Amino acid sequence: MIIDSLKFILSIVPFIAQGLTVTLQISLTGFALGMVLGVFFGLGRISSNIVYHTIASIYVEVIRGTPLFVQILIIYFGLPSLGINLDPITAGILALGINSGAYQAEILRAGIQSIPVEQLNSALSLGMTKTQAMIYVILPQAIRVVIPALVNELVILVKDSALVSVIGVAELTRRGEYIVAWSWRPFEVYSAVAALYFIVCYTLSKVSKYLEEKLSIPGYMTRKGM
Amino acid sequence: MLRNHMVLVEDLHVRYGNLEVLKGITFSVNYGEKVVILGPSGSGKSTLLKSLILLVKPWKGKIFIDGEEVTDPKTNIVKIRQKVGMVFQNYNLFPHLTVLRNITLPLEKVKKMSKEEAEKKAWEVLKLVGLEDKAHSYPLQLSGGQQQRAAIARAMAMEPKLLLLDEPTSALDPELVEEVLEVLRTIAIKKQLTMIIVTHELDFAEDVADRVVFIDHGVIVEEGRASEILHAPKNPRTRQFLRRLLRRRELVSTVTA
Repeated sequence: MIIDSLKFILSIVPFIAQGLTVTLQISLTGFALGMVLGVFFGLGRISSNIVYHTIASIYVEVIRGTPLFVQILIIYFGLPSLGINLDPITAGILALGINSGAYQAEILRAGIQSIPVEQLNSALSLGMTKTQAMIYVILPQAIRVVIPALVNELVILVKDSALVSVIGVAELTRRGEYIVAWSWRPFEVYSAVAALYFIVCYTLSKVSKYLEEKLSIPGYMTRKGM
Repeated sequence: MLRNHMVLVEDLHVRYGNLEVLKGITFSVNYGEKVVILGPSGSGKSTLLKSLILLVKPWKGKIFIDGEEVTDPKTNIVKIRQKVGMVFQNYNLFPHLTVLRNITLPLEKVKKMSKEEAEKKAWEVLKLVGLEDKAHSYPLQLSGGQQQRAAIARAMAMEPKLLLLDEPTSALDPELVEEVLEVLRTIAIKKQLTMIIVTHELDFAEDVADRVVFIDHGVIVEEGRASEILHAPKNPRTRQFLRRLLRRRELVSTVTA
């Protein structure tokens, strides 16, 4: 029975692994889009410009306050009534990117605000402009602070990308469903699907650890022992 | 009259919310003059230094630096800050950059120097503060005294006309204070620049100050030549403050004796 199950799983892996490629493609592209949006709106959240600040706040609150599932449905099924027709993959990437952007904006805002204001004052006192201070002094330190949170966000996105199966993107979960439909072996199939997600996410968390250590500020006391 | 002064402050008021920290400060500093600002903590000394380069926004009053009105909204404050260096109580080096890079970064980005020019200048100032061997260390790998000397080097590399020092030794362990003061003495003697120093180190004040300004509760209580203020203060508040500082110093020397 177990041998039979394993044989079956091995036989379907090549097929669902192709779905893994799609999963990685949409979640990584979505994450990159989210980062662009995150930087833009994250800076908006700390901007003293009221218009910029308000737009950024509305974006973050609306996206955080509605389900990703519904956002996917709006983008794929809703936008055509406005004359915007997107293929499933593009719609999926767009939905994941817009969703992730809101969370990344908050992560970046918190990271920037965790850097003491004296760092900014110090940079300004040397004659730097605010933009230079941001680019060379604040952001490089803030990025280090937020790496774990950003990787965590990426892990969440990889898993949540399963939701775009609803609009017919043949990613990992969707391909699992295909196989279940003809094989009637949901336990084995979905376990294999879960295992593939796990491998990706576990690798990502290892990458995060590596980056954290690699980029750590020399002499900075880490609270490992606590 | 403006031309004669590196710094001119007229009726400066600063507020944090409803709390008025500076309540009408008027004073001036001549070119090349070294002025020490004394006063109890919370008296507004730091705020005064920070407001000179608009790290704190004044509520009322005027500030002129090198003949330009800092408080005029049309003035480009970035240009003015490029003439002024500031050393902070907590050093405020950039922890993600080496000591050398802390110095070369502003030289390259602000003074538009090439990498080679910037590094040449950096080694020059590192020599001034005796930190050549720490050029490739990161700030948090250094002692407080070394960090503060690096911060002084970074400020001096920009060749400021005016150097503001905000309690440069207050955060240091007692045995590290002297190495920083020694560097500052050298700068005060050798360089022509104007200095405004907030400090509690009376001996140091006496060594370098042309003039001492005593501030309490956001107003200037007394000012005058260093020898007058430090040895024969007229105002009772100044007297009380100095007596307290001296008593603390005597206690320290009893312990060390």
